[in-house]
Amino acid sequence: MKIKNQNTLPSKYVLLILVIVCGILLGAERFMDGGGPLSWVANYTIVPMQKGISYVGTWMSDLTDNFATLSDLRKENEQLQERVDQLTIDNTRLNQEQYELERLQELYKLDQNYGDYEKVGAHVIANNGTNWFNSFTIDKGSEDGIRKDMNVLAGSGLAGIVTEVGPNYAQVRAVIDDESNISGMVLSTSDLCIVRGDLTLMEDGRIRFENLPNNDNEIQVGEQVVTSHISSTYLQGLFIGYISEINVDSNNLTRSGYITPAVDFSNLQEVLVITTTKEDLTQTDEAENGGE
Amino acid sequence: MKRKIITACFIIVCFLLQATVFSKLQFASIRPNLMIILTSAFGFMRGRKTGMAVGFSCGLLMDVFWGGVLGFYTLIFTVIGYLNGSFKRLFFDEDIKLPLGLIAGSELAYGLIVYVCFFMMQGDFRFGYYLIHVIMPELVYTILVTIVLYQIILHVNRKLEAEEQRSASRFV
Repeated sequence: MKIKNQNTLPSKYVLLILVIVCGILLGAERFMDGGGPLSWVANYTIVPMQKGISYVGTWMSDLTDNFATLSDLRKENEQLQERVDQLTIDNTRLNQEQYELERLQELYKLDQNYGDYEKVGAHVIANNGTNWFNSFTIDKGSEDGIRKDMNVLAGSGLAGIVTEVGPNYAQVRAVIDDESNISGMVLSTSDLCIVRGDLTLMEDGRIRFENLPNNDNEIQVGEQVVTSHISSTYLQGLFIGYISEINVDSNNLTRSGYITPAVDFSNLQEVLVITTTKEDLTQTDEAENGGE
Repeated sequence: MKRKIITACFIIVCFLLQATVFSKLQFASIRPNLMIILTSAFGFMRGRKTGMAVGFSCGLLMDVFWGGVLGFYTLIFTVIGYLNGSFKRLFFDEDIKLPLGLIAGSELAYGLIVYVCFFMMQGDFRFGYYLIHVIMPELVYTILVTIVLYQIILHVNRKLEAEEQRSASRFV
């Protein structure tokens, strides 16, 4: 900021200096993790303001929700009650199968349980302001134990991955972002595919999948896609979405198509961050294997 | 000093609005670009140095919160602020054509640079699609917002200038 005060310096030199500063910043990014001191400054200036605005916004949308009529609520309550009954029945059945699975896993000595990851809840306080990328800021950071590469869920599905962490905030890249690339797996057949965000599909809220082998396994529209076991950053078995369209590629070897994500990205308010990263899991595995 | 504080307030308020409120005011998942309006407007109103300073701050904020690489937006916005500052000689308060033209030009340049750096470099050559679905809608929406926001900036700038002239004449 000192440069700005020297009014005698011609502006083209100031431009030159600032361009060099930018060049240094671009270069330094390779060696620095995240924004460094800048993210610390941002944490205590911008983030509290964003939190304030987002809380006011939530409060106002809650207020409008209060105007929903009683009859609507009754109807919804009836529907939900029906759903609870249905889910209770399903749950009993699944529990039985779970016991069976556990017993069989014990027999096979497969004791890894992928379902129970520890999670931390967080609020979405801001979105990406550009039209090119789809990321959002959450109100938890390294002081709450958030680290880079942690997976983020919203509702039942995968929402994104933590890309940058400040003391009290973190950036999450959404699954539908153009730079997002996930190794996925079709749940019913265990066939692997690549799930890739695409800016051209962001408007429709869809994502592409490709490189699904064109084998004998028949895959229908509406089947579930989860994260695969070979992904290096995403934990296994997180629900991505349902297949909405599937086509055989012109090379006849692979199939591709579209997925409707399980998360509604247009209205994201609360998310869950899984506090275990894939790296943690693979490292503990290696340590165990090394000990044997 | 007062001017600097007010400029900083403008930047922060616009940044916050863009990240929170305007994500609810999207048309066809497109939001306007307030940062380019600020950088451009302060550039042709106050000259190259102010343009650069505002561009630098806007870019830095965007890099920290929205960008993957630190320094990318900073570089673009600094240069945009500088180039807009070169048009200070042609700028008159009453004329709205030059501001609109400059802001539209800056917005177009920004869109093209982002496309080339983040999409074309990755082998994504669907330029026509991005032009029609992202760059042009953003341009139109930004210009619509400009008509409102620019009046505010202009008004504040006039008041500040009048105040500065008064205090300057007091010394003489």
